[in-house]
Amino acid sequence: MGAPVQSQFFSQLKRYYAIYTGGVIGFIVMLSILEQMGVPNKVLGYIFLGVTVSLYAGIGILSRTSDVAEYYVAGRRVPAMFNGMATGADWMSAASFIGLAGTLYLSGYDGLAFVMGWTGGYCLVALLLAPYLRKFGHYTIPDFLGARYGGSLPRSIGVFAAILCSFTYVIAQIYGVGLIVSRFTGLDFGVGVFVGLGSILVCSFLGGMRAVTWTQVAQYVILIVAYLIPVIWLSVKHTGNPVPQAAYGYVLQQVTARENVLNDAATPEGAREAEVRAIFKERLASDEAKLKALEIGGANYLVAERAKLIHVLEGLKAQPHADPKAIIEAERELAEFPKDVTAARNAWRAAVETDKAKSSPIIAHAEPFAGPDEETRDNKRKNFLALVLCLMVGTAALPHILMRFYTTPSVKEARMSVFWSLLFISLLYITAPALAVLAKYDVYTLLVGSSFSELPSWVSAWAAVDKTLMSVTDINKDGIVQLAEITIGGDLIMLATPEIAGLPYVVTALVAAGGLAAALSTADGLMLTIANTLSHDVYYKMIDPRAPTTRRLIISKSLLLVVAVFAAYITSLKPGDILFLVGAAFSLAASAFFPALALGIFWKRANKAGAVIGMVSGLGTCMAYMFITYPFFGVNAPLWWDINPISAGIFGMPVGFIGVIVGSLITAAPSKEIQAMVDHVRYPNMRLDSFVEKN
Amino acid sequence: MEKQQQYWRQNLRLTGALLAVWFVATFVVGWFARELQSFTVLGFPFSFFMAAQGALLIYLILVGYYAYRMDQLDREYGMQETDL
Repeated sequence: MGAPVQSQFFSQLKRYYAIYTGGVIGFIVMLSILEQMGVPNKVLGYIFLGVTVSLYAGIGILSRTSDVAEYYVAGRRVPAMFNGMATGADWMSAASFIGLAGTLYLSGYDGLAFVMGWTGGYCLVALLLAPYLRKFGHYTIPDFLGARYGGSLPRSIGVFAAILCSFTYVIAQIYGVGLIVSRFTGLDFGVGVFVGLGSILVCSFLGGMRAVTWTQVAQYVILIVAYLIPVIWLSVKHTGNPVPQAAYGYVLQQVTARENVLNDAATPEGAREAEVRAIFKERLASDEAKLKALEIGGANYLVAERAKLIHVLEGLKAQPHADPKAIIEAERELAEFPKDVTAARNAWRAAVETDKAKSSPIIAHAEPFAGPDEETRDNKRKNFLALVLCLMVGTAALPHILMRFYTTPSVKEARMSVFWSLLFISLLYITAPALAVLAKYDVYTLLVGSSFSELPSWVSAWAAVDKTLMSVTDINKDGIVQLAEITIGGDLIMLATPEIAGLPYVVTALVAAGGLAAALSTADGLMLTIANTLSHDVYYKMIDPRAPTTRRLIISKSLLLVVAVFAAYITSLKPGDILFLVGAAFSLAASAFFPALALGIFWKRANKAGAVIGMVSGLGTCMAYMFITYPFFGVNAPLWWDINPISAGIFGMPVGFIGVIVGSLITAAPSKEIQAMVDHVRYPNMRLDSFVEKN
Repeated sequence: MEKQQQYWRQNLRLTGALLAVWFVATFVVGWFARELQSFTVLGFPFSFFMAAQGALLIYLILVGYYAYRMDQLDREYGMQETDL
């Protein structure tokens, strides 16, 4: 394509998306006027989700295509800036949008591993992979492995690993979609999953990468507007400064000052906190005793304890003037009593963890690797850095992200496009820590110390919706809220920010739409990666290399449907611990892909045997470590060097690198053609006829 | 060929230097985070500032500079892509 056409295309796109952004803002203003006129919240929520989802569907339908290059790589003419926005939306998942600020709220400095890990990985993408993959110019990541190392074995391993990490990741996204849809429309979770699935499919089914790219740009605009508006408002409320990133240093100091007051038993507030903590210490002792008795007595102990509760309840009921509240309390206790030994063990272990956290002093927000002794602190530091490295390398190895850099018009644009991607992504990641601190300030100064009879309205509202997100109980019965009496679930921070900031309901609906956009766009990218890998690498490259383009696209689209329905089915079973799955995807990708990809570009001597050995051993080590250490699988072997299972990639990566190097050195150097291909990838101007795209 | 090798060496040198900055900003600062928290930048303890903002800005500069410098190198060595 000629340069003038491309620049015309670019300015046209800029005009369209400027109009679109204006339209979004106008739409928000219009809805807030409707809210003033008394339209009920539920209706506003429906309008918001309905309009945004049909917008994405509209773009998806307009971008339908039956051209292979359009379907797989959006015609390779996505300008750097727009590819950056699409990558941003592709990248930022429901976990980043809704969960990140909460994680930072709960874990302070240590949570910043996610902020650094999920941005710093783009340095590796930019310096080591994106420009070279663009120059290579095929359709998928296994494509590169297949061409660079020759033969279908490296390609097949690539296909297996790509599907493994994309599928674990996509389940978490569909789960997020189901959760948001069900929370804001009142539909059942299972129905929410399938509604969300429908909207994912209309975006990608007809137009493949082309449709996904242009809806992702639209979704990026919604998600970033939705993220920034409430945080800016909160910042103005607390500091008078509309730039939260600059203003919250001062707020952080005040939070630290509050932490010191609340931890100091000599101050009146600190004394009350200490009182609550002492109560939790007592509970800790009794819960630990119960757990011990359970291990000794087993089911008999449970039966005896249950009988005791029934006895107390009957005794209360027999009294003529018993306190009705006490009876209700006793009945609740009986109803919640664990049914069997496993349930009791899980419930009481969780209780012990809560008691432990609540009975110890507040951990300072800004303090890195806080802990009572040197060993704990070193341990935290080790795990922090290991997690950062796994997230970064995983970023640079996740196929749905790398694939986006096939879509730019040139190597130069691919380099620029990583810059734009990182800029658009950082906008959210640099705001999340600010939001966490601002929300913490609100809780520490306005909620702590307020009276139970007049709690802020957002507290009672969210406590009524979901006890795991927000609950306050007057533990020491003094009628005043202490910090240790508040239980906050991570997701609350982002979801409740509009209400904490005192914004109208429209903004809450906007946040829901933003979360939905984040989840949908990531799910789109992932599903397309899986379907393309299956149709292009497995069907076209391995089963039927002579398949005509129409059949390739039909296969691709049908696979997309199958994958989508299968993923939704798995999600509706609600598999345990979604967050672990997301983390696992990064370690898996880092171990399986990164060594073979990077060495494939930077080391000509790397060959097929090396790639196969490296990928299998890296992935194998990573999976084995997760299997033996993650409690879910029940093996519970001791940790290696105290590294948590989420960072299993820290072992998989070096094994993968050593595997590639050793495997390559003990076998013959790759052929002349392959070495020529490496040169072709390294020098932007070099052409190689056998590697020129064939359509 | 000579020219190509020079171009590639320059590229490797640039990539290596930028990766070194990346490593220091992330892992060296992270390793010494407890020691570095005592002094303040823009109201933040230094290590918190680095992890929440400083590192991100450095990453952006690294990626932006790489794109700019490589574009320059491409032109210097006549390596720009021809129209595909």
